[in-house]
Parts: sequence; structure tokens; C-alpha cells
Amino acid sequence: MEQTADKVIITVVGKDVVGIIAKVCLYLSENQINVLDISQTTISGFFNMMMIADMNRSTKSFMECQKDLDAIGEEIGVSIRCQREEIFEKMHRI
Amino acid sequence: MINIWEVNETNKMVEQENLDVRTITIGISLLECIDSDLTKLNEKIYRRITTVAKDLAQTAEKIENEYGIPIVNKRISVTPAAIIGGAACRTPEDFVTIAQTLDRAAEAVGANLIGGYSALVSKGMTQADELLIRSIPLALTGTQRVCSSVNLASTKTGINMDAVRLMGEILLEVAERSKDRDSVDCMKLVVFCNAPDDNPFMAGAFHGVTEADAVINVGVSGPGVVKTALGAVRGESFEVLCETIKKTAFKVTRVGQLVAQEASRLLNIPFGIVDLSLAPTPAIGDSVADILCEIGLEYAGAPGTTAALALLNDQVKKGGVMASSYVGGLSGAFIPVSEDQGMIDAVQAGAITLEKLEAMTCVCSVGLDMIAIPGDTKATTISGIIADEMALGMVNQKTTAARLIPVIGKGVGDTVEFGGLFGYAPIMPVNRFSCDAFINRKGRIPAPIHSFKN
Repeated sequence: MEQTADKVIITVVGKDVVGIIAKVCLYLSENQINVLDISQTTISGFFNMMMIADMNRSTKSFMECQKDLDAIGEEIGVSIRCQREEIFEKMHRI
Repeated sequence: MINIWEVNETNKMVEQENLDVRTITIGISLLECIDSDLTKLNEKIYRRITTVAKDLAQTAEKIENEYGIPIVNKRISVTPAAIIGGAACRTPEDFVTIAQTLDRAAEAVGANLIGGYSALVSKGMTQADELLIRSIPLALTGTQRVCSSVNLASTKTGINMDAVRLMGEILLEVAERSKDRDSVDCMKLVVFCNAPDDNPFMAGAFHGVTEADAVINVGVSGPGVVKTALGAVRGESFEVLCETIKKTAFKVTRVGQLVAQEASRLLNIPFGIVDLSLAPTPAIGDSVADILCEIGLEYAGAPGTTAALALLNDQVKKGGVMASSYVGGLSGAFIPVSEDQGMIDAVQAGAITLEKLEAMTCVCSVGLDMIAIPGDTKATTISGIIADEMALGMVNQKTTAARLIPVIGKGVGDTVEFGGLFGYAPIMPVNRFSCDAFINRKGRIPAPIHSFKN
């Protein structure tokens, strides 16, 4: 049976530096988290990136990923949030 | 698929506009705990609450982390204690032991507050009801987390004026007992007309006898989100104004619905309702009064305030009912004074009076809320204010309430500090003319003619 997607939204906000996306993607691939969509923009001088990822085959739990991404964010000097997709889906779709 | 703008909008609501889930409240029926032996009764109550709600705090934390939405309070509401304790309690002190048990149980499961130290006396008081009411001053000063409410009136039964008279005296006694702390225990006591059975908000939450064994009710918030949205449509027509409030209320309520369903699933307790109320806090920008100002008033209390509030309340409901299939509780805009910086500013500017607040309660979800009044206010005057508020609810077939704080030793011009989410309040003047002869009449005010619908 095909497993259903376990979608999370990863957002990165902060000062633009080289390799933000690379670092995040490296972490995701190391943990078998598949990126479904990625978009980025600059809002009032700040780097703003959003990823939709599927954690279905993830080797780490949601909480672990949240903590790890938080640490990566701190390392690069940006804020990285990881949230379940439903909150956005519920709020913006009827 | 969700796009970056939508994600940013949601996160901005949380980070900058104080969007949060104000409370997850587990309603727990204590009917199965009834026992004529007081010790056994207390043991059963403690066991029941600590079993049903044992995972409340962890579950709320998990939801908070996974969705990135703050859940401010974890609460419990129980079956009105007057019903539960009737068979075992012979004195007010007996009832106080139940309050202490509720307090201990709430602490054990990490609940911020527990509601249901209550009596429903809209038509008459049983002996147990009266004992519980007389125990309220002792119960509230002897506990940290227990909240008490008394339903004094309803559209179907009229107003129990004997209970209204008694509550004026009880409120002063609560004030007196906590006078060294600015009579702060009065915050934990509210009187109602048409009290809902499924209200998740304190101090008035109790688990009605019409409810199942246990249920999850969620109260959302978000005055700051509505205010920000309205900031973008300044000067536009009423149609645009209403559309904006509705859309925002929809989004806020969907978050509540999601949290309620998730909590229900994780705790394996049925989902009851989402309460749509706009609940302010003293945080800057988290104010219902600020929304009224954004709609076009210099201060809350200016002419037009009642109309603006009526509009706001109605649009919040219209947007909210689309977002959740089960809406209940109080569902509207709260207009507490101390918990709303905009409202405090309005009092200090002389823009709003007790009488104007009373008018506003005709069109909003609750009533006179968190209003500090002089400590030398007579019991009959307090009962008079309560009776007026009950009459508004009874005739308009809506919930109304009064949560007044007579601050012993302080008068108009003084300010009281309640701390944290409860904020501070300037003491408001009360009409000094007497209603003694009216309040001292015995009996009840009959139900209004339009309540006879059978």
C-alpha cells in the first residue's frame, strides 16, 4: 500500500548568506526527507524561503528535525521553522 | 499547494499580531463521583480529573510545537460542584474541601485554571446551591486555580433576585478576604444569565449536565489579527469592512478547529465546540478596543461604539461559523477592561463609563468584565448592577455576565494591578444613588413574555 504524504512546511527567514538552501537541503537528504516544492523571495531586505517537504520516510522524528533545523539556523544566523502543513492548509483553503 | 505568501501571512499573525489559541479546555463530568461520604467524594473527584486530564499539558505542548501556534492556557471545567456535592456537604466548609480537591487535581495535571465551582440557580436555590454560594469566599481565598460561577437568571426562568441579592454580599466578602491583594480573588468569580454549558473561558467555564462524560472545547483569540487586517482597509465602505472581518475571523477560527480536532484525537476525547470569541490581552495590539478605534472611533466609548461593536461581533460570528461546524460557548467579542490596553486607555481618558459598557454588553458576547469599582460600594448597589446585566441577557435571549472587582480600600482615581494576562485597571465610578428597596424585595422576576414559545 502506498504511504500517504506527511507534509511539513520549512521556512527560513533572515539575512541572505551563501549556502542557506544547500545546508537545509543537505540535512533533509541525509534524513530521507523529500522536498516537494521550494520558493524564495526577499521581503524588506530579508531572505525568505519556504519549502514543502514530505517526512513520510524520514529517519528522524518531527521533534528531532525541528531541533536540528533550529540548530542549523542558529549556525547560519537565520531563523528556521518547521511546522506541519495542516495549519496553513486549514487557514487558507476552504 | 500552499504558497510562500500564505505561509508568511500565517506566521506573521502568530509572531507579530498575537494570534494564539487562548485555551484548550477539557470538560469533565463528575456525576459518576457523587457519594454521600465527603472523603470518598473528594477521592473520586481527584482520581477522575487526574485520570481524564493526565495528558492535557503534554498534548497541548505537542500541538504547539508541531503547528507553531501558541496555546496559552490548559484548563479544565467540571460539572457544577453544587450538584456533585449536594449529597455529601452539610456546611459551606464541606464544600470548601471540594474546591481544595479541584485545586490539587488541576495542579497535578498542569492545568492553569479549573472551572465549575458553580451553582445553577436561575429559578431557585437548593440547600446545596446556597451552601456552595456561601462557601465561595472561603473556597476562592483558599485555592489558586479554582474558578467559580453562578447562573442567576435565564430567558426561560426569569431572574432569581434572592440569589442576585446574596451574590452582592458574597462578592464583597470575597473582596474583603483578599483585600491585602487588591481584592484579586474577585477575578475568579462571575455571575451569568443564560450561562452556556460548553464555555471554555474562565472564570465562567463549567461542564454542563447536558454534556457527555468528557469533551474538548477550544477558545481561539486574535484581536490583533483583526486590527491589522482592518488597518489595510481604512476609509473603505462598510461592505469592505465587514468582508475583511469575516475573512479574518474565518482564518482565526480554522486554527482553533484544527487544534480542537488534533487535541481530541490525541487525548481520545470527543471534540465539543470552538468558541469564536475575540479575547484580548494587555499585550500591545491585542485589544478589542483598538479594533473599535480602527473601525473609526477616537476611543472605545465614543458615540458609535455600540454600533461598531455590534458590527464586529456579528461579522466575527459570520466568518467563524463557516470555519467550524460546531461553534459554541460565548463566541463573540470580549470587552474586559483590565485585560485590554485600549479599554484601559479609554477609561483613563474618560471616554468610557460603566453605563456605556453596560450598553455595549447588549451587543457583544459576554458582559461587564474585569471592572474594578470602589471598595466602599454597597452590596445592594452591586446586586443592582448585576440585576441590570441579568435583565439585558434575559430579555435579549443572550448570555450576559458580570465580573466586578470591588477593591477594598481603594476608590476612583486609584489603579489596581492584577498581574500577567489579567493586566491592570483604573477604578471606575459607580452610580451613587440607592436601589436598596428594589434589591431587598424577596422572590424572583418572572420570565419575559417572549420566552413562552411552546
